Amino acid sequence: MSASSFGRVFAKISNIYRLGVKELWSLWRDPIMLVLIVFTFTVSVYTSANSTPETLHNAAIAIVDEDDTPLSQRIISAFYPPQFVVPRMITPDQVDPGMDAGDFTFVLHIPHGFQRDVLAGRGSNEGGAEIQLLTDATRMSQAFTGTGHIQQIVSGEVTEFVNRYRANAAPQVDLAIRARFNPTLNRTWFGALAQIINQIAMLSIILTGAALIREREHGTIEHLLVMPVTPFEIMMSKVWSMALVVLLASALSVNLVVRALMQVPIAGSLPLFFAGAGLVLFSTTSMGIFLATIARNMPQFGMLMILVLLPLQMLSGGSTPRESMPELVQNVMLLAPTTHFVELGQAILFRGAGFDVVWPQFAATIGIGAAFFAIALARFRSTISAMA
Amino acid sequence: MSPSLAGPPGSPAAAAPGEPVVRVSDVRLHYGKTEALRGITLDIPTGLMIGLIGPDGVGKSSLLSLVSGARAVQEGEVRVLGGDMRDRKHRLAVCPRIAYMPQGLGKNLYPTLSVEENLQFFGRLFGHDTAERRRRIDELTRATGLDPFLARPAGKLSGGMKQKLGLCCALIHDPDLLILDEPTTGVDPLARAQFWDLIADIRKTQGQMSVIVATAYMDEAQRFDWLVAMDDGNVLDTGTPQEIFQRTGTASLEEAFIALLPEEKKRGHEPVVIPPLEADEDDVAIEAQGLTMRFGDFTAVDHVSFRIRRGEIFGFLGSNGCGKSTTMKMLTGLLAATEGEAWLFGNKVDSSDITTRRRVGYMSQAFSLYGELTVRQNLELHARLFHVPREEIPARVTEMVERFDLAHEIDELPDSLPLGMRQRLSLAVAMVHRPDLLILDEPTSGVDPVARDSFWRLLVALSRRDKVTIFISTHFMNEAMRCDRMSMMHAGKVLDSDTPARLIEKRGAKDLEEAFIGYLVEAGGDTRPADGTGPALSAPPPDEHPDVGGSFSLQRCLTYAWRETLELQRDPVRATLALAGSLILMLVIGFGMTTDINELSYAVLDRDGTTLSQNYALDISGSDYFKEHAPIRDYDDLDRRLQTGELALAIEIPPGFARDVGAGRPVSIGAWFDGANPQRAETVQGYIQGLHQHWLTEQARQRLGSTSGIFSIENRFRYNPDVQSLPAMVPIVIPLLLLMLPAMLTALAVVREKEIGSIINLYVTPVTRSEFMLGKQAPYVALALINFLLMVLMAIFIFDVPVKGSFLTLLLAATIYCISATGMGLLASALTRSQIAAMFLAMIGTMIPATTFGGMTDPVSSLEGGARFMGEIYPASHMFTISRGVFSKALGFSDLMGAFLPLAISAPVIVGVAILLLKKQET
Repeated sequence: MSASSFGRVFAKISNIYRLGVKELWSLWRDPIMLVLIVFTFTVSVYTSANSTPETLHNAAIAIVDEDDTPLSQRIISAFYPPQFVVPRMITPDQVDPGMDAGDFTFVLHIPHGFQRDVLAGRGSNEGGAEIQLLTDATRMSQAFTGTGHIQQIVSGEVTEFVNRYRANAAPQVDLAIRARFNPTLNRTWFGALAQIINQIAMLSIILTGAALIREREHGTIEHLLVMPVTPFEIMMSKVWSMALVVLLASALSVNLVVRALMQVPIAGSLPLFFAGAGLVLFSTTSMGIFLATIARNMPQFGMLMILVLLPLQMLSGGSTPRESMPELVQNVMLLAPTTHFVELGQAILFRGAGFDVVWPQFAATIGIGAAFFAIALARFRSTISAMA
Repeated sequence: MSPSLAGPPGSPAAAAPGEPVVRVSDVRLHYGKTEALRGITLDIPTGLMIGLIGPDGVGKSSLLSLVSGARAVQEGEVRVLGGDMRDRKHRLAVCPRIAYMPQGLGKNLYPTLSVEENLQFFGRLFGHDTAERRRRIDELTRATGLDPFLARPAGKLSGGMKQKLGLCCALIHDPDLLILDEPTTGVDPLARAQFWDLIADIRKTQGQMSVIVATAYMDEAQRFDWLVAMDDGNVLDTGTPQEIFQRTGTASLEEAFIALLPEEKKRGHEPVVIPPLEADEDDVAIEAQGLTMRFGDFTAVDHVSFRIRRGEIFGFLGSNGCGKSTTMKMLTGLLAATEGEAWLFGNKVDSSDITTRRRVGYMSQAFSLYGELTVRQNLELHARLFHVPREEIPARVTEMVERFDLAHEIDELPDSLPLGMRQRLSLAVAMVHRPDLLILDEPTSGVDPVARDSFWRLLVALSRRDKVTIFISTHFMNEAMRCDRMSMMHAGKVLDSDTPARLIEKRGAKDLEEAFIGYLVEAGGDTRPADGTGPALSAPPPDEHPDVGGSFSLQRCLTYAWRETLELQRDPVRATLALAGSLILMLVIGFGMTTDINELSYAVLDRDGTTLSQNYALDISGSDYFKEHAPIRDYDDLDRRLQTGELALAIEIPPGFARDVGAGRPVSIGAWFDGANPQRAETVQGYIQGLHQHWLTEQARQRLGSTSGIFSIENRFRYNPDVQSLPAMVPIVIPLLLLMLPAMLTALAVVREKEIGSIINLYVTPVTRSEFMLGKQAPYVALALINFLLMVLMAIFIFDVPVKGSFLTLLLAATIYCISATGMGLLASALTRSQIAAMFLAMIGTMIPATTFGGMTDPVSSLEGGARFMGEIYPASHMFTISRGVFSKALGFSDLMGAFLPLAISAPVIVGVAILLLKKQET
């Protein structure tokens, strides 16, 4: 490298550094913003993660027991906290109003003569033993998971009850279920990760995009344009400085809130996780710049941002599993950096995966980041002169 | 010389008839550590034209903002129009009698609104009826010559016209006290003359009106009735201009002003002397040929050509909006010329030419430095970006700070500095890298005379000693006189270029101002009516001030609603984004999130390899829930594939499985599943248990033919029997979007006024906080309701999800809910000062609580502790209940009373808190 081209590179880096430091000062001088950043990465992560209950937690169930036999008593006593609230015993005419008002998600209706029919071996097709389970389908995941659980519990109770009266009929095959990586299926773990990923995306887009719009609204972009700095330098400076802020905030959040306060065990390497976060930030900050080049003022930017953030949050796999989405959506969301980040985060933090396992996600994130940055830079270059 | 200070409290001020209009006793004001006013005591006589003069940053604006009521009094007493301004009641009572025009061009105007609409807005705020408003607007605009431009947006007016409009807006309610803070800064001489003529006319018809003007133009102040000279937060002297001349023994106010200054400020002040220019005719720094700039049909610059020699000081003189700034921007490369070419130092102007940029220092008309960086940081940043060698930077910064007298302000933020100081900082920044060429667009507007002179001495030194070429535009005639050569510009064309003396000579004028006006009039630039004075204003009717009182006024509230609606109309992209955005999001989320989880990947480690074990595995692969992957080879394989996330479930069938089952010995099948994502894990768990149970039952049936213990659970999903995900999603997506988008829009609407400055209208007009907030909120509630209707239509016709229950109930709930949602936006903007923070707060205040505590996927009843509490009080959770109730459960109002009540309480509470948090005065 010749001396002069080295000088040019050095000048470039120096400009990027200086302008980035300026961004950091701007943020520092907005105390409310700082408070909000701290809030989102601490209080908000903590409460949101803790608020995500087990799917079956305090599930409201009511039982209509018209049988009133040892078997029906046995079934009733199988529902207890914390998975279920203590079942409310109701009469058949209380079912509809109760469900309409949302007082209970499930109603189990044990008909008259149920125990008799079960022992007699009269199945439902013979007009015999049949329990009705009513589920409030509007209760989403609780309804769907809960239904399975209740069926499970009821059939378990019935089988055990019958087995005491009769010779063992069914084969003695037990299903030993073990959850790997999170044995108790504690939802806070994943909830905390999902929250942090959401905050990273939200904050990085807001910070970079809004910073650019502000420069435009305050006319300072004009000033930058007459100085010996290039659009590439301007954009890079915003990317590194805001990414740094977000990365620091998330590092503090993971260490102080998630590990120290919430006692979530981290299986894998944190540096690897933050390396991944850094790569993701490259894409999300580029997205912020891109949106800011499209929006003409802050309100427009706000709208665009929601338009981008909400799908990112809902469909990246952090709030509902990817398997629950149509294939088209799943494939489209592969273009979103956060999708890979959720996978990568899960793998590293909970499954203890190393780089040998998560390299495909890293590769995807780098690819997406490079593409987003290139697109944003091209757009920024072509629009920046119109911003002054 | 010892200037006589203002008299003690109560002492009659010179030439003051009757009671003083403003009486200030021992007033102090500080911003943080800086003391802006240091115990001022002053009586301002009624019915006069009062001038407030003094260098930049001595507290003129602070004093005016206290007198106008825009800023809260910290210490001392301010009595205006006979009452104490600390008293809220008095402020409310007198504010219709005070008009305040803040510093800065069109600061209190709304740029997207037209001239007519701005005037209508102020007229309505002060309670005039339609006919009265029409009469006043016509009269004022005719008098100011604005009448041909009624339909033009205020943001597109030239500086002078903006100030005239600002004055019209201030005068629309016939104030008794008119407060003007540097009204003519940045306004060209012609427009300035017209401005003062107008004020004189108005005073003729309204004899009792007192006018207080802060100004940096001494020639203007010289014509005022009574002057207050200020310095460093103190009053130096008061009296008529003649009295002041007598006391100081000077002949002009400019000299008197300098004489009044304390010794240390005067030091080094001497007249500007300009040595003759020794320039080489062929050494050209700037050359322009036929430069033309068109914006659509409008030609801003029309074939402008000039040559500026190295080391020359070249001036541009012209009215506002004549194309001076556009020409300068083309030279810097900020704007690409439509036609023509320009060269800097022989290189064609090219916006990507970094090397040339380094040689140029540019100062734009609007302040464009970083408000978040201190004075020192701004200087250092620019020095570094221009690659001033590191070791020279401290010396260079010190030099600039000394030259522009910024030492006191070195660690201040520019936003807290007065206009003149900020101009100086901009200049210092433009020069910190010692450019070869300086392009300065009205660098001295708003800068006090002493600082202006020292700045010119600096320019002269740069030009003559360092051969720096200086291209400057100005409104000050004495500055234009100092240029080596100058161009008179009008309507995009250069009228003439020559040395100032030759220009005067050519027109046979007595001075440059006369020559300039002569050129302009010849070019048709005089916008005054032919008789030169304009129609006389009629005297105000006797009943001049409608009773405003402190109670809620629907008219003022509607005025704000009307204004906000106009702004929304002017930015249709914003509303379109809100409406289209909600529909797009509804599509994405509605189709994207389904509730059933299918095709979970699993694989089997079959260590038995018998028909029975295969039968077990087959049972799983037969289900829709699971998708089989290649069999697992061993435990390592199992571990690895779970870790990569390839498998959600791994089944291990132990060796001897078939044999043990046959013998009735207990066996155990192992199921490992990935617990990293618990929601998915629970589903997997449920599915596999169900399949296992099913397999067992089937085995029992096949082997024994036994039916005992066989019973069935008939599972009925109420409200959504086919368990489709759309009918489940739609009722929650609508409230979710109805919360986020309106909250965001409203949040920005209020904080924008704070950032842009028009919030001042809340401070100084009779509008109350609740009128302001509710008025601003109304259009967004309406927009949100349109949004709601569109989403419901989309649900019915595109998603095929009918509204089973009472639509009216849903509509009522949505209306209350939209008030809450926009209220949250108001709350976010009442708490914050910057748009970024408001946006962020709106985002985390809506999205996170709604999705996590609102019962979107997990019912509120399953939450605990703080989350449960949030869920119970958060309006979104109740809206979810109502929406689900009406959409899916076919319910009506009476069934949903339980959710309506908290929803109905939340709306006024949120809006009320937002109103309480907003401040009616700047503090």
